[in-house]
Amino acid sequence: MKIAVCIKRVPDMDVRFKIGSDNVSLDEAGLKFDINDFDAWAVEAALQLKEKNAGSEVTVISLGPDVVQETIRKALSMGADRGIQLKADRVPFDGFPVAKALAEELKAGSYDLILFGKMSPDSSNGVVGPMAAELLGLPCVTAISSLEIANGKGTAKRELEGAQEIVEFQLPAVLTVDEGLNTARYPSLKGIMAAKKKPLQTKPAQLAEPQVVVRKLELPAERKAGRIVGEGAAAVPELVKLLQTEAKVL
Amino acid sequence: MPNIFAFVESRGTDVRKVGLEALTAARAFADKSGGGEVHALLLGPPGIAARAPQLGQHGADVVIAVEHPGLTNYNPEVATATAADRIKSGGYRAAIFSTSAQGRDLAPRIAARLGVSVVTDVLSFELEGDTVVVRHPINIGKVIATLAISGSPAVIAMRPNVIAPVQNAKAGRVENAQPAVDPGSTRVKVIETRQGGAGKLDLAEAPVVIAGGRGLKAAENFKLVEDLASAFGNAAVGATRAVTDDGWRPHSDQIGQTGRLVSPELYIAVGISGAVQHLAGMRTSKTIVAVNKDKDAPIFKVADYGIVGDVFEVIPALTEAVREAKKHH
Repeated sequence: MKIAVCIKRVPDMDVRFKIGSDNVSLDEAGLKFDINDFDAWAVEAALQLKEKNAGSEVTVISLGPDVVQETIRKALSMGADRGIQLKADRVPFDGFPVAKALAEELKAGSYDLILFGKMSPDSSNGVVGPMAAELLGLPCVTAISSLEIANGKGTAKRELEGAQEIVEFQLPAVLTVDEGLNTARYPSLKGIMAAKKKPLQTKPAQLAEPQVVVRKLELPAERKAGRIVGEGAAAVPELVKLLQTEAKVL
Repeated sequence: MPNIFAFVESRGTDVRKVGLEALTAARAFADKSGGGEVHALLLGPPGIAARAPQLGQHGADVVIAVEHPGLTNYNPEVATATAADRIKSGGYRAAIFSTSAQGRDLAPRIAARLGVSVVTDVLSFELEGDTVVVRHPINIGKVIATLAISGSPAVIAMRPNVIAPVQNAKAGRVENAQPAVDPGSTRVKVIETRQGGAGKLDLAEAPVVIAGGRGLKAAENFKLVEDLASAFGNAAVGATRAVTDDGWRPHSDQIGQTGRLVSPELYIAVGISGAVQHLAGMRTSKTIVAVNKDKDAPIFKVADYGIVGDVFEVIPALTEAVREAKKHH
């Protein structure tokens, strides 16, 4: 199987973000970056398929400036075979030009399976995978939490609100990966050494003009400080009274 | 006066609340842009067209009802083709979806087919001439972006629970239509939709959410949370990532950065310390209550009301008190 995985370098979210002086970007000083979790699960899914299907090849693709090579190397150290950087000064917020640039590259690769994370926490928009699928004219299943592939057909599970869908699809296909599909492996020392020698190709990204632009970023209003009603079960009557009279939710 | 398109989500022959929210948003959009019509697309198995009056009451001037026996389950390719064809031929100014599992699946495909961008998880929108300006949380809700959308139609998916469905006494016209492609011929087929427990409220739609964390110590102790939820009667049960990773609860119950986003009227955190990744999924809840034995737990920083104590004592007492309070209503 020829498998492609599209990955994104994202900042660690466990920080207090600062807005840049231009008001439309974040101050990146001090931020730590790594592969998006959902994309790491997509890489893991590809590697598991590769292990089951002899002769398979896993290509990872990332769009962005040269720092994304580090993210690609991480996926290579997990076990992917080769990387492609679609070089761009920055990754626009608008997922459509990104999907177009990726689709252009993916079209040339005649992959059996193309995997994406279901979303990235930074832009929190979750549109690149299904948009790329549509541009490629391929079947697409989003946010899968289980996957089986046999005889050119796949079966996946999707979590809905209060329900699950069992979905069958034909290959080639585009899938986006949700949490619960697998646990991503850590790169081994051997993997890290091997990754240094794996091919990583750089090409210019063909980015169209965005139709969505960031006009302003702001920090949400802090929640107003709450209070400790009391300790133990003795505090329950007071809490119930507050929920009834103050919060009016009971 | 441009018309506005709304995709009204359904499951089986029921319209989902998020569908009515999309419709209410479309009505507001039409009113802001000079009072054009709202055209609502409703796809489903035979019987779905009977829901048309409900859509009229929520702001649809025209209900495009597509009934087909092959649409018992969601069919992404039929929904994409049918909606995209209609949006193209209708010359709409905007197309409004829901940021649900289905809306997230559908809106980007349709936008790509129309050659325009899409913004999901929209909190609010305004019109400025030819530009649609929306607010959308980024970085797990720690930053709010104001975005300008220049393409037309503007394709947006509303975050659940930010717009209350509005009813007015009005009936829309019903147009019956056919699926744009044969549901039997699609390359992707949902072969089964497995419903959760009967009458189980969904996390994103429930007015009250009770979530449990590691402080519950074992899977079976979630019964305390379930009992509190049933005392409320209108509550759904969620969990932290630690708990779903341990298999105490299914992944679909996880509230947080990689799981579900909820913003109910009331959120009760039971034995949850309040990791950043969890707060990302619930910090926009209107009222937050936390019960935790550690008075320094970060959850108390976002909670409106906190009780420091053992969940095994506090929650049964709270369940009893809520039951009493409900009785007197």
